[in-house]
Amino acid sequence: MEKKWEEMSSDEKQEALFARWISPEGVKFVSPEAEKAYRERTTRFKNALQLKKKPDRVPVLLIPSFAPAYYSGLTPYDVMYNYDKIAAAWKKFSLDFQADSHGGCAVPSPGKFLEILNFRLYKWPDHGVSKKTTYQAIEGEYMKADEYDILINNPLYFFYYIWPSRVFGALEPIATLPHLSCLTEMYGVAVPFFYYGTPPVKAAYQALLEAGDEALKWIQVVGGFDVEMPSLGFPAHQAGPTKAPFDVIGDTLRGTKGIMLDMYRQPDKLLQAMEVLTPMFIQLGVGAAKMAGNPLIFMPLHKGADGFLSDEQYKKFYWPTLRKVIMGLVDEGCFPFIWAEGGYNSRLEVIRDLPKGKTAWLFDLTDMAKAKKALDGIACVAGNMPMDLLTVGTTQEAIDHTKRLIDICGKGGGYIMANGAFFDEVKWENLKAIVDTVKKYGVYK
Amino acid sequence: MATDLVSALADLKEKEALKIVEDRLNAKEDPLKILDNARRAMEIVGKRFADSEYFIPDLVYSGEILKAITEMVKPKLSKAAEAKRVGKVVFGTVAGDIHDIGKDIVVFMLDVNGFEVYDLGVDVPAQKFVQKIKESGAPIVGLSGFLALAFDSMKQTIEAMKAAGLRDKVKVMIGGGQMSDEIRKYTGADAYGKDAMAGVTLAKKWAGAG
Repeated sequence: MEKKWEEMSSDEKQEALFARWISPEGVKFVSPEAEKAYRERTTRFKNALQLKKKPDRVPVLLIPSFAPAYYSGLTPYDVMYNYDKIAAAWKKFSLDFQADSHGGCAVPSPGKFLEILNFRLYKWPDHGVSKKTTYQAIEGEYMKADEYDILINNPLYFFYYIWPSRVFGALEPIATLPHLSCLTEMYGVAVPFFYYGTPPVKAAYQALLEAGDEALKWIQVVGGFDVEMPSLGFPAHQAGPTKAPFDVIGDTLRGTKGIMLDMYRQPDKLLQAMEVLTPMFIQLGVGAAKMAGNPLIFMPLHKGADGFLSDEQYKKFYWPTLRKVIMGLVDEGCFPFIWAEGGYNSRLEVIRDLPKGKTAWLFDLTDMAKAKKALDGIACVAGNMPMDLLTVGTTQEAIDHTKRLIDICGKGGGYIMANGAFFDEVKWENLKAIVDTVKKYGVYK
Repeated sequence: MATDLVSALADLKEKEALKIVEDRLNAKEDPLKILDNARRAMEIVGKRFADSEYFIPDLVYSGEILKAITEMVKPKLSKAAEAKRVGKVVFGTVAGDIHDIGKDIVVFMLDVNGFEVYDLGVDVPAQKFVQKIKESGAPIVGLSGFLALAFDSMKQTIEAMKAAGLRDKVKVMIGGGQMSDEIRKYTGADAYGKDAMAGVTLAKKWAGAG
């Protein structure tokens, strides 16, 4: 009889999730070739990731931002406002470039949804940036310096009421809603609810309902794509994302400047808040992996890159809770695929403190020889196809760099070719040359 | 408790630094002397940043303390203190890109290193750079960008300078995000600075102050 999930070791859980990924339930492959390609690709990734077996060749994955839209001659605006155009463009991109996986097509958030709720956290096409430009975050203190206690003592209240009321203009009135913790008797049961009858709160809820309709239309496209791509032979390289607690606070709650000042002015509150966020962001990844039947959880890292923090600051503020999130994921059978954006040269020694064969590190601008050396036998390394080569380099330079990366990092397995940073419009011939070169040059004999 | 403003600010002791300033202002000390101490402290901060002893959080924090000191001192100044400026720089994040953290750090470092910086903000159209260069006569231009779309915006901005007959009169540096020497060639800039201190070094070299 099969073991229950709770009875499994973390290794068994990981194997069970990989098994579900490699043999997905309910996928109707379009052809025997598609099924074969799907299994070869997932197995190739699994072997490169776990460091137990050498894969048949170096796997290659692409993580585009709006590149599939540009490739199909569409602007970011086009795909954010015409959801039916998203899947076709993203599918064409996968089929034409033939990388070993797909990353979903959720990059273009639904424009009308953002309009209905008056999203304030980003500028998006035709709303602060041009129709041809990708969305970009607006730095700010969406959580105030004196609000740590709310986040620490009542994180759900913070994320359900305070946070949405800050980042969605249309939801401002919900910040006035009372706690519903006093509803334990008939006496007074209706009191907190009169708020829901007031016009501003009603309008906020009306907006929520309309936004929900819009999100539903959009998710059908995104979900449909996730169902179709495996049937064509392309596995998803992520079940979902999660983040480092320091980045959760530093990216959009307190902002870069806010968190940096907190490191000096209220370090204990910051540390405490990150501890509170840790189990939430473990659960975010674990839930996604179990639901999708895919152990891979993407973790884009931002504010711990070279230069952003000193070694001491990284070890005190960034790494402890990042490591806890990673370990929480690993314990539940997930395989954290950690994307170290920017440079990570100064962190390589610190991140070695991880169990063997349980994580993958995708590097952007890090020295790959150093990275491979530091993580050899500890973690799969990935990435480093540089943006300047993709954008302005010659095709020959892209090919040469790909070969060099395979020489440096590919030895013995444990390497995945990937772009280093999210990309939009690039030289398509360079991108194609990279994938093709991996397929020829990256074969293990 | 440090009694010396230079070391209090350079060591990022916020409360101590502000207390010293308060005490010295109460003692009717010349506010220009206080500002001069603050400037010396910021030179130390800049040096520690260049030596990788300080990082971005330390720089940001020193900037906040400096801002508080300046606000305390300002009302006591009889007339605007004329700081000695070593050169003029026009700076901005190029069209289409709204990222400002990197730009702000370089602008801040140029400022504490004695440059008069015309910060045009983010998403700056090429013509606005051209206009400001003409108006200010600044011989140095800094183009910042985080996204890959900035590659083309930078190129277009430099072409606009050419079209306006300004290209020979200015030195242009680029920096930020995915910039590299390859991108410098592509854009036609004179130099690429990999971090804030590289930007300061370039500006000093070009201003003949380094």
